[in-house]
Amino acid sequence: MSQPVLELSGVGFEYGKVSVIDGFDLTVSRGELLMCVGPSGCGKSTLLALLGGHLAPTRGKIDRHGSSTRTIYQDGGLFPWLTVRENVASGLDRKILDEQVRDRKVADWLELTQLTEFAQHYPHQLSGGMRQRVELGRALAGETDVLLLDEPFSALDYQTRRKMRRELVSTLAARPRTVVFVTHDIEEAVQLGDRVVVLTARPSKIRRSLDLPPGRARLPADPGVAEAEQAILEELGLT
Amino acid sequence: MLRRLLLPAFTGVLLLAAWWIAFAAGAFPVGTVPSPEAVAWAFRSEIEAGRLPDDIIASLYRIGFGYVLGVITAVPLGLVMARSVMTREALMPWINFFRSLSPIAWIPFAILWFGIGDPPAIFLIWLATFFQVVLATAAAAAGVPKVYYRVAEDLGLSSSAILFRVTLPAIMPQLLTALRVAIGVAWMVVVAAEMIAVRSGLGWLIWDGRNGLRMDLVVCGMITVGTIGILLDLVFARLARIRSVRWGFDR
Repeated sequence: MSQPVLELSGVGFEYGKVSVIDGFDLTVSRGELLMCVGPSGCGKSTLLALLGGHLAPTRGKIDRHGSSTRTIYQDGGLFPWLTVRENVASGLDRKILDEQVRDRKVADWLELTQLTEFAQHYPHQLSGGMRQRVELGRALAGETDVLLLDEPFSALDYQTRRKMRRELVSTLAARPRTVVFVTHDIEEAVQLGDRVVVLTARPSKIRRSLDLPPGRARLPADPGVAEAEQAILEELGLT
Repeated sequence: MLRRLLLPAFTGVLLLAAWWIAFAAGAFPVGTVPSPEAVAWAFRSEIEAGRLPDDIIASLYRIGFGYVLGVITAVPLGLVMARSVMTREALMPWINFFRSLSPIAWIPFAILWFGIGDPPAIFLIWLATFFQVVLATAAAAAGVPKVYYRVAEDLGLSSSAILFRVTLPAIMPQLLTALRVAIGVAWMVVVAAEMIAVRSGLGWLIWDGRNGLRMDLVVCGMITVGTIGILLDLVFARLARIRSVRWGFDR
């Protein structure tokens, strides 16, 4: 079995008297791209906040095995007072003090995320897709073990969303990371992930964990994609 | 750019012409409004005697001191109020209470507590600045999106780094707008304070002119006050164009 980087044992979370997450048992392996789907308001973002250490579980235990996490948000996670270059640089490891090394690393990430020519732009001067690429560059620049993606492409138009999925996969191929990706888009989940976890409505539980065929950025016609999509729709009671 | 200079210059010439024509036509009772020529002579004599530059320096010193003191005491308190619900609930009604009081109402106390000279004027300018800036800072800092702090945690920023690299840059556009309003109010207050609490400055020039029925000096002081008010506002308008702040005004 692959090395676990995140392990949730009986994790529960309540906001006051409202139970949001109820008894999660989940293991995320190193290098895995885990997709989480579920109905609106089921606690997907709360799950990421727990995994990222921004919230503490009210029950159960999360073992991060010493791994560091960074979250990419749907929109608005970039610092608007910093340029694209400065935003990406803010993601670098603080222990790197040599300015030349820092500049070179930032230049690499800008190139990988195709943002070199927009390095001096501010986030509000970019399109939604470009802003998400900056977020990706900043999150990856820090050599973080686990990326937590909170519906990162949901505010984008269909074409940009598809392009961004391919770019995410190619970036992860160049710089492998463990990813937990929350989405409400079933097509996105089955085309991108190594595994899909289907959540119930609040209080959220894991309804099913579904392994997907090997390969990422699948096409709708690829083997197993339609079947997986159908299985998830059935789990969510949408057929 | 040229239009932005020429249009106000043109309306200024029109106003000057209207004033001159009205004066020449005897529209004003004798001694109530000076002629433009008399005001020009008043400017010349005040500048030649060095009194006008001294008065400008005195007023700018007081506003500079009181305003900076107001800002450096208000911003930290505003930040604390934004973070602590208890502090906010305890202080907000009183901040609003004192903010509603005109600083001019404090003149009797200012003179009793600080005597005559710079301190009472500086105290009044501090009052004019402090309560406005506290409120603006608290509102701006409370409105900083939580996502910035989550990102800052992910990036491993320390508490002081979060303050200087997240909170302050995030509130800067709103804070600059508040500072721009506050400098205008403080400038009005310095003139009022100098009419009563000191014997120098542009407020004193106007008041002294009024005492001597020298309306040319009064208008000379008024024109200087208005011009410096425009210049102070321009400084803050220029600050809003700084690249790292402009995002708040461009969106």
